[in-house]
Amino acid sequence: MATAKETRHAGLGLDPERLLAMYRQMVLARAVDRRMWVLNRQGKAPFVISGQGHEAVQVAAANAMIPGKDWLVPYYRDLAFCLALGMSARDFLLSVYGRAEDPNSGGRQMPSHFGSSRLRIITKSSVVGTQIAHAAGLAYAAKLRGLDEVAVTCIGEGGTSQGDWHEGLNWAGIHRLPFLCIVQDNDYAISVPHRLQMGVDSVAKRAEGYGVVGVSVDGGDLLACYDALKAAVERARAGDGATLVAAKVARFTSHSSDDDQRRYRPQAELEALLRRDPIERFRGYLLDEGVMAEEDDDRIQQECTADVDEAVTYAEAAASPVAEDALRNVYAEG
Amino acid sequence: MAEKTLIQGVREALMEEMERDERVWILGEDVGRKGGVFLATEGLYDRFGEARVLDTPLAESSIVGVAIGAAMNGTIPVAEIQFADFIHPAFDQIVSEAARIRYRSNGDFGCPIVIRAPFGGGVHGGLYHSQSVEAFYAHVPGLKVVIPSTPEDTKGLLKSAVRDPDPVLFFEHKKTYRLIKGEIPEGEYLTPIGKAAVRRQGERLSVFAWGLMVHYCLQAAEELERDGISVEVVDVRTIKPLDKETILRSVEKTARALVVYEDNLTGGFGAEISAIIAEEAFEHLDAPVVRVAAPDIPAMPFNKPQEDFFLPGPERIAAAMRKLAAY
Repeated sequence: MATAKETRHAGLGLDPERLLAMYRQMVLARAVDRRMWVLNRQGKAPFVISGQGHEAVQVAAANAMIPGKDWLVPYYRDLAFCLALGMSARDFLLSVYGRAEDPNSGGRQMPSHFGSSRLRIITKSSVVGTQIAHAAGLAYAAKLRGLDEVAVTCIGEGGTSQGDWHEGLNWAGIHRLPFLCIVQDNDYAISVPHRLQMGVDSVAKRAEGYGVVGVSVDGGDLLACYDALKAAVERARAGDGATLVAAKVARFTSHSSDDDQRRYRPQAELEALLRRDPIERFRGYLLDEGVMAEEDDDRIQQECTADVDEAVTYAEAAASPVAEDALRNVYAEG
Repeated sequence: MAEKTLIQGVREALMEEMERDERVWILGEDVGRKGGVFLATEGLYDRFGEARVLDTPLAESSIVGVAIGAAMNGTIPVAEIQFADFIHPAFDQIVSEAARIRYRSNGDFGCPIVIRAPFGGGVHGGLYHSQSVEAFYAHVPGLKVVIPSTPEDTKGLLKSAVRDPDPVLFFEHKKTYRLIKGEIPEGEYLTPIGKAAVRRQGERLSVFAWGLMVHYCLQAAEELERDGISVEVVDVRTIKPLDKETILRSVEKTARALVVYEDNLTGGFGAEISAIIAEEAFEHLDAPVVRVAAPDIPAMPFNKPQEDFFLPGPERIAAAMRKLAAY
């Protein structure tokens, strides 16, 4: 039914079907994320690192890209991003359990060290910052080969202090690369607050110094993120240069399962975080706009829970790697 | 065939590989119009253009980091680090990233890059234009480390490095660039990575070396020959993977082993060769394994007396050979 006032999503060219798909991607990511903390407490997942609170900007970015064509050089909080690009809950849970079948690394890496050549998600180390130069290299190669692919990379605000971040952005500016760096600024690098990380409120202010476009966005507002990221991806694909997007997000959990953020974040701040849930915000929007009914939401929640249940069951039963296979894939085989 | 310099071997390999495969491209500081500070890439910019012979910002970490990313998107980058002394900012990209990409993705991704760098001393390069860095990288599984000592091998090994599916560090001794001349086979010529070369057959003792030290060992061996002491000289050529077979076969023949390297004595790659010989050829040895290397001081000084003091030369090597032969 047409309304007199155009909705925000219609203005962005998003139809209800796409909106529900994006909502489902966020809900699934949250469900997977919560479950891995449960598995951690049960002693089944030795290590967990989380993306709760970051889902909106990640899902928006994935939907602004062309999956299978554009590249993601992720960082460890990009669970929702990877799921939205086509990774399954099962693929991820296999990594949580360190199983042989884990498509990310065959159980070699800690969970959330994503990688899939099929999905064009570049394998990630635990080193913060190195990925920015890789994204610049992917983008330079695309340009060299005359391909209209875009390289997207993510990092936290802490990572922007690294030299490699600077070097990568410099390359992106020099060659006007089809490159997009999304800084997911959740105010903390483990325990170090934003104010001790940089002298600006938004790292996007540095963009001009690199000759790239800088955009600050509310990372909890999925539609605002989509708007900014769609424009950035289109700019990159058109050969009009790189973009640095700083997205303010909330880190709901401690840095990882080996951290307790109550030691360094005031109680009031932690309580206030909960009012910044990007999924709740988008849910409210969809209900208000009549895109989604409560029953639809219930169904999506149930489907995602079932997805996670299936993935956990599968991963738990899956085989561990053979010890001696640790010797394989050091160099090219065959 | 005409005699050519070692650096011509670099240039010919790059020219031919870039002609052969349009995926191959070069990046580094001053590699473009200038043709590199040693002129290793001279003529390539004119032939292939800026996009494939790219002058980079003065930032080694991203020279390697960008190469890694570009390698994962269907290209074969050959990165030049202007001096091996300045490779250290890229250590993280080489060790944490390039070396582990195949392993950590369980074979899903590869990293076909070449990193070339002039290394070594004896040219008044002082502390920061003289270093030998091969031991740092020889320690890291996932990398290959190649050090040619002749113009012919430089061409053959560099062409093999470009075609290798894994990251190869290719260290060229800067003093050999124009000092060492020899024939270079025309056209397609490949030297396999992972094979040592016996440069001189001998009976009394075996010497193992790479880079400039191979030539100093050959000089010393010639001197000993005049005294009737027959020395076998093995050019290791590939530090990683190491050709243990050729090394052990030589020791079995001569029963005496001398390892010569330009790096600091402690923890230099020659220590590993010595350990392998001690462990795997013990019953063939008639004497302890001996090392000749640079002293354990931070780096090679600029002034001549101290530079000479640092760098193992033919005389020091010959003295060590005599002592070992007499053991």
